[in-house]
Amino acid sequence: MLKKAIRETIHRSRSHGWVLEPEAKEILSAAGIRVPRFRWAHSAEEALEFASAVTYPVVAKLVSPDVIHKSEANGVAVGIASDRQLRSTYQRFSRRKAFAGVLVEEMVQGMELIVGGKVDRQFGPVILLGMGGTGVEIYKDTTLRMAPIKEKDVLSMVNCLTAGRLLQGFRGEAAIDMESLVDLMVAFSNLLMKMAGLIESVDLNPVICSSSGCLVADARIILA
Amino acid sequence: MKTNFKQLFKPRTMAVVGVSLSNDRHPANVIYHKLLLRYPVKVYAVNPRGGELRRETVYTSVSAIPDQIDHVVIAVRAEYVPAVLSDCIRSNAGGATVISGGFAESGRRDLQDQITDMAETAGLPLIGPNCLGIYAPRHFDTFFLPGERLVRPEAGNVALISQSGGVLVDQLVKFAGQGIGVSVAVSIGNKAVVRETHLLRYLARDPHTRVIAFYIEGFGPNEGRDFVQAAARCNKPVVVLKAGKSASGSRAVASHTASLAGDYAVFSQIMAQHGVAEARNEYELISFCEALSCYQHTIEGNVGIITVSGGHGALAVDTCRQHGLNIPSMPQSFEDGLRKKLNPSIRSIAALSNPIDLTGSATDEDFIASANALSMADAIDSLLVLLLPYSPGLSSDLGARLGHVYRKKEKPLVAYVPHVEKYRMLIEGFELNRVPVSNAIEGAVLMVEALRRWQPC
Repeated sequence: MLKKAIRETIHRSRSHGWVLEPEAKEILSAAGIRVPRFRWAHSAEEALEFASAVTYPVVAKLVSPDVIHKSEANGVAVGIASDRQLRSTYQRFSRRKAFAGVLVEEMVQGMELIVGGKVDRQFGPVILLGMGGTGVEIYKDTTLRMAPIKEKDVLSMVNCLTAGRLLQGFRGEAAIDMESLVDLMVAFSNLLMKMAGLIESVDLNPVICSSSGCLVADARIILA
Repeated sequence: MKTNFKQLFKPRTMAVVGVSLSNDRHPANVIYHKLLLRYPVKVYAVNPRGGELRRETVYTSVSAIPDQIDHVVIAVRAEYVPAVLSDCIRSNAGGATVISGGFAESGRRDLQDQITDMAETAGLPLIGPNCLGIYAPRHFDTFFLPGERLVRPEAGNVALISQSGGVLVDQLVKFAGQGIGVSVAVSIGNKAVVRETHLLRYLARDPHTRVIAFYIEGFGPNEGRDFVQAAARCNKPVVVLKAGKSASGSRAVASHTASLAGDYAVFSQIMAQHGVAEARNEYELISFCEALSCYQHTIEGNVGIITVSGGHGALAVDTCRQHGLNIPSMPQSFEDGLRKKLNPSIRSIAALSNPIDLTGSATDEDFIASANALSMADAIDSLLVLLLPYSPGLSSDLGARLGHVYRKKEKPLVAYVPHVEKYRMLIEGFELNRVPVSNAIEGAVLMVEALRRWQPC
């Protein structure tokens, strides 16, 4: 059963058809999925206060029910290194239509994966794993399984990716924390099973993985 | 719904509703006559007007027949089907096949929903509507195609289920040509009641079926999930051929996942996840069914190759690699051991790493020694034998003798033999000993590939 807070968030998002990133991340956190530290700032001061707490550099992202693909709409600023930059970014975003605040987030480094979910008409909830980032639909290095999935399914999915060997340590690069990826995907699979009646698809893209773990850096939940 | 399809598939008594007293080319008449003249079932003709057809009584309804009817074939106009069905239910018939079209496929979803409700409420298994129904070799068939126009495969162990009747009949021609026997073939048409998953569950328990093959156009909501779960639990190989692989309309989607997880990508990968062998085309369907009808256990795909021609060996290696099969190289100790067992004339010229090239001077004994040696090797889990029967040292007994090698170590063996007609006796030696044979290297490799199920990618 879904937690009450999650159901309320989804209900609130119905009018625009998808869940805003800060709320999507709250849903993921509640399901035990790790996300970078962030603040949904509604003033420049709030943004600066968070940045000084986590230390620069930070990422700032536009929150608006009108902007679903943020990078295409110039709604993402990465590598913000000073109060001055953060303040001017906040002000730039605040002039956008349907502005609903700025998500300020700590920067994380690692390999970019995509973890996705979809409620398929014929097969119900399915899970996708692939090499992520903005090039995901160009490389199309992805693999699918019917949910729910277990640890062994995640390991088999990694082996099915062309880039699977990159994730397992290649030419001196450290392998990603596979246990953390397994935990993330199994938790996501459980969440997807519970949300199946409410959603159409979910993109966790990118999921940033390194030898110290996996964090969901961006999340998009499209409602049914 | 009844999961007991016994009366539907193994009927003792049948009725054909819609038999015409004036038109012998009516589909119902074709079905009635073939059942009457050629099959070991007791069959009754039904037409509301009653009367006689060539001295046989025509009954006015199913309930008017003085016998318990196992399987009723209904070939009347769509609007009369509900009334016939309620008569079947009243007389406690065991199952029905509705041949008639004129339902969901031509805009009468309402009429189809009506018969679905009736059959499901009564627990009556119903095949169709808008279908050819069932072909059960030596038992009965409901195809309205005259027997002399059909090419029918022998009784065998492959069950073939198809949404399309046309595809089913065409596949049966190909099965017959390739010597693959069927346990039952079913055209399910609009699948208003009995659907793929019901048949999968029934055939999983049918002692005459070893391989279950499907031609699938699409599933209803969540039906795919039930199907793969049933397939994963079934201990018989399941093969599917999917039509409609190219996505219809690339509608704009809001997420990368929805775009990357298109209908066919999901279908194909979820079949693989659940151990279903997906044939990419008709040729693969035939090859997969033939191989799996001989061997049901799963291999990893480490192939040992025996040939009399280096060129064939090299071509087979290339084709195997394209299909994701490995050709493990064999250690020196293997070569030394085998060399001692070969006849002296080839001992110094045969190449004994994998592939094994016995040269044109090889005899039956050299093939048997090589096949035995490979099937004893732990690195090998399947054998591909490329036979060029123009070599004078080879006899027609070789097929049968190689067939026996399998029985010792259970390493599946597949043969390639060219010029099918000329070497009929050799080929039958393989086939009668349950070794699948192809007349193309590619076909033989596909047969090995078919045994490599449970490959997630």
